[in-house]
Amino acid sequence: MDYEIVIGLECHVQLLTQSKMFCGCATDYDGAPPNTRVCPVCLGLPGALPVINRKAVEYTVITGLALHCQIAEFAKFDRKNYHYPDLAKGYQISQYDLPLTRQGWLDVEVEGQTKRVGITRVHLEEDTAKNTHLGETSLVDYNRAGVPLMEIVTEPDLRSPEEARVFASNLRRILRWIGVSTGDMEAGALRVDANISVRPQGQAKFGTKTEIKNMNSFRAVKLALEYEAQRQIDVLEHGGRIVQETRGWVEGEGRTVSQRSKEFAHDYRYFPEPDLPPLVLSSTEVERLRAQLPELPEARAERLMARYGLSQYDAGVLTGSRAVADYYEAAVAAHGNGKAVANWVSGEMFRLLRGATLEIEAVPVSPQALAELLRLVDDGTIGISVAKTVLEEMFATGQRAGEIVRAKGLTQISDQDQLRQVAADIIAANPKAVADYRGGKPTAVKFLVGQVMRATRGQANPTVASEILEQLLNESNGRQPS
Amino acid sequence: MELHALTIHAARAALQSGDLTSVTLTESLLNRIYAVDNQIRAYLSVTPEVALEQAEEADRRRAAGDTSPLLGIPFALKDVICTEGLTTTCGSRILHNYIPPYDATAYRRLREAGAILLGKTNMDEFAMGSSTENSAFFTTRNPWDLERVPGGSSGGSAAAVAADEAIFGIGTDTGGSIRQPAALVGIVGLRPTYGRVSRFGLVAYGSSLDQIGPLTKDVTDAALVLGALAGHDPLDSTSLPTPVPNYETALRSDIRGLRVAVPKEYFVEGMEPGVERAVRDAIQVLAGLGAEVGEVSLPHTEYALPTYYIIAPAEASANLARYDGVRYGHSAANPSDIWDLFRTTRDEGFGAEVKRRIMLGTYALSAGYYDAYYRKAQQTRTLIKRDFDQVFTHYDVVVCPTSPSVAFPIGARVDNPLQMYLADIFTLSLNLAGLCGMSIPCGFSEGLPVGLQFMGPPLGEPALLRAAYAYEQATPWHTMKASLPLDVTSSELNETDEAEIG
Amino acid sequence: MPLDLATVEQVAELAKLGLTDDEKARFTEQLSAILDYAARLQTLDTSAIPATAMVGGLENVMRPDEARPSLSQADVLANAPRSHAGQFQVPAILD
Repeated sequence: MDYEIVIGLECHVQLLTQSKMFCGCATDYDGAPPNTRVCPVCLGLPGALPVINRKAVEYTVITGLALHCQIAEFAKFDRKNYHYPDLAKGYQISQYDLPLTRQGWLDVEVEGQTKRVGITRVHLEEDTAKNTHLGETSLVDYNRAGVPLMEIVTEPDLRSPEEARVFASNLRRILRWIGVSTGDMEAGALRVDANISVRPQGQAKFGTKTEIKNMNSFRAVKLALEYEAQRQIDVLEHGGRIVQETRGWVEGEGRTVSQRSKEFAHDYRYFPEPDLPPLVLSSTEVERLRAQLPELPEARAERLMARYGLSQYDAGVLTGSRAVADYYEAAVAAHGNGKAVANWVSGEMFRLLRGATLEIEAVPVSPQALAELLRLVDDGTIGISVAKTVLEEMFATGQRAGEIVRAKGLTQISDQDQLRQVAADIIAANPKAVADYRGGKPTAVKFLVGQVMRATRGQANPTVASEILEQLLNESNGRQPS
Repeated sequence: MELHALTIHAARAALQSGDLTSVTLTESLLNRIYAVDNQIRAYLSVTPEVALEQAEEADRRRAAGDTSPLLGIPFALKDVICTEGLTTTCGSRILHNYIPPYDATAYRRLREAGAILLGKTNMDEFAMGSSTENSAFFTTRNPWDLERVPGGSSGGSAAAVAADEAIFGIGTDTGGSIRQPAALVGIVGLRPTYGRVSRFGLVAYGSSLDQIGPLTKDVTDAALVLGALAGHDPLDSTSLPTPVPNYETALRSDIRGLRVAVPKEYFVEGMEPGVERAVRDAIQVLAGLGAEVGEVSLPHTEYALPTYYIIAPAEASANLARYDGVRYGHSAANPSDIWDLFRTTRDEGFGAEVKRRIMLGTYALSAGYYDAYYRKAQQTRTLIKRDFDQVFTHYDVVVCPTSPSVAFPIGARVDNPLQMYLADIFTLSLNLAGLCGMSIPCGFSEGLPVGLQFMGPPLGEPALLRAAYAYEQATPWHTMKASLPLDVTSSELNETDEAEIG
Repeated sequence: MPLDLATVEQVAELAKLGLTDDEKARFTEQLSAILDYAARLQTLDTSAIPATAMVGGLENVMRPDEARPSLSQADVLANAPRSHAGQFQVPAILD
């Protein structure tokens, strides 16, 4: 039987604020000694009270706007009650029936098909503490407790693990694009949980779902959901029944396992948080935040295609992050040729960044410096291959292209007399290629051009060298130049 | 008059004139505590070293020209308000060893105003109760009859003031816990408007109902302490940003034209005749002073008790979830697993009334019962609030009894929770509606004090103080004190303690 | 609507209260009496009445995103029943 996979995601996103959600403790806990970013509020000491971080609210609204959500006019916080050692107050301050934003969408493109995935809601809550296991006991560090956490819930619109992976990746791109989160999955700044079920093709009713946790990379999202879908299909094929449960992805074993310890009888007893007055978002305030929203990746990609004649692929690559797109457009502004700049940025520049494991934010070659290099190519001062070498040097030393070309004497040789001498030597030294050419293989000249380039350490102008070679070959053959 | 029996304003005059130092005054109060507290049992902890150090500092401040309103005045603090470095138990075994690393805003403000901490007072566990019998440690006695309760939950602070073991006391009022004990021990208790006094550092019981306020020997003192406590606090999101008026200017004995409402639902069957008589007489006094008295109806009064006993326990069930033996307080020995740690810690640490309310609140919020109980109670709360809104469009204050009975004998109601809850029947509507109110002495019934309650609209404290002050000036009740036999052994104990302090 | 013992046990588990049999029996009876009393609320028609979750009328109370000093680790752990290596220690939590 053929099965359809149904997936919905719940993504938890740590917001890039300076201080925690309800207190002034710093959020820079990564690498800090345990329990040093903690105060009476986030430790849940008796008598301590929460105060809402304005920035976290604004970031959530901005995220909602970027995901085409409706922004609530009236929102409130609620207490979600359950006992766990990582929950200092015995309840989590979250949002239940009146979240900040709801009903949006995000497009994903898989195998050339664009699909619109519904966003159920984006709400704001507080992160929990971190538990570490040590033999018979566990240790609790509250540094992470109270960090602003945004929960983004999708509709069950995803139909394959690959769609889920692409969705998560697109979401990360947006979150970074609008500057609300690092989206770093390994550091836990973006945590993707999935609800997944399978059903026979054509069946309207959803199958029983399981919730998958501990997927710490986009690759893990895809692998875990592929495994889980197959596991569910196998169970059904053998006449079994899916048990609704939470399962954890075990990366090392490549499988999901039941997490019985998370199977409490869930009755969260949500009720309005009496310590926090409600939030009333005026349209003026929402419009003020909307005005802060940068041009979003899809819109920007469309514009790059229309304005610079880029392919969809190139536009996609150059809008992989806002910093890349900004870099690209700054270089175009300095140079002028959108296509040429696109080739250099997505080709050589990305290769160098990957090699150095750097993000574009840290690139040592400014957009203006790249434009200068390209102008040296345009005016024939250097050739393409020399330009690649010069870019490597620029990347390594931060020097400008002109300086490197001058200092190393890399100026392209276009001088006819100088090249004619080199070409004559190459012809004399390569009788076989010459014979091939004269025997009717015009492509043999390419080999000879290569030899000229080699002899001049890449400085020969390949177009001029080719012309001279053909001229010499034809002359000594007694024919007229074509 | 003996020093420990002074009011704030009398002590302040003596301190300001140079006839008295804060150290002398504080020593007098400490001596009084050593002399009588083994009978009254108002204090859970007395802090003589802290008190004398603060008193010396107050005397230095005064010498330097400081005239802060409470400078050098010793007071008693309910043990539900956090004090950095000093045990804060909330009357509970689960916090018997808990030492907060920070001060509550209310305590900080009192210290800034110059007040001297004598110690932390007994209370019903987590402020749940009307008699102090729910304290995990002991029951406080009513100075008027040691076999009777002082009321609760702020019974320790109230009894301390009534027995002259403090110049003033600080209590908290979630459903009447300042006003009811004030009435039962014959002093003044003021519960401010919700949001007027910061709750930061007040260990929460019912977060939407809790409020800190003064317990004092007269109305003038209540105005002085309220002035020090009140004000916006950015650490409490429910704290009102409205500027604080000068409450002393409200203390005028002329109440001609003051519109006073008498709600008929507050004179019900089952009320003690002596209480009704005293309150009716008091209303006559107000009318005689020129107040315009009229009868009104607060039709949803009968629903206030069940509404309160759903909302307060619901909030409490969440507020008390943090006591799990992980971070502070009592923790079960040798738990078999994490769930055993939680269950056993909480079973061992909480008393019966706290467990009862946690159970009640958990039930009212749980799936399937939320709409019938919690949501219904929230809606009824709206109706109760509207009743008052209606009355306050025509009246400045409401006047009624504080409690349907005088102080009851210790043990009389412990086996019947519902009967105990009825002690709050006249006080808890105010908390649900977020109003302000106070109780002042208005006579005696069978030799025990009766309280007269004034209720005012949100931020209506000046009207309350005006009505109460005028009544007080016209009557002798606030000058009457319980007589206590001095205990010889505790006087001797006191000398040892003083030697240690010195 | 009187409570039964099973409901009391279920509620106790939600609240993580380990009650003795005696307590369970007593609470079943006492909570039933209180809930009976609370049943008078059901006689009110509140279908058109908004809920009041808090009083005071405040809204949009927020603070600027500024980091402030935290407690020292020693202060954080000062009241801890059990601690180890700068952290709170509890019986093993199995995920």
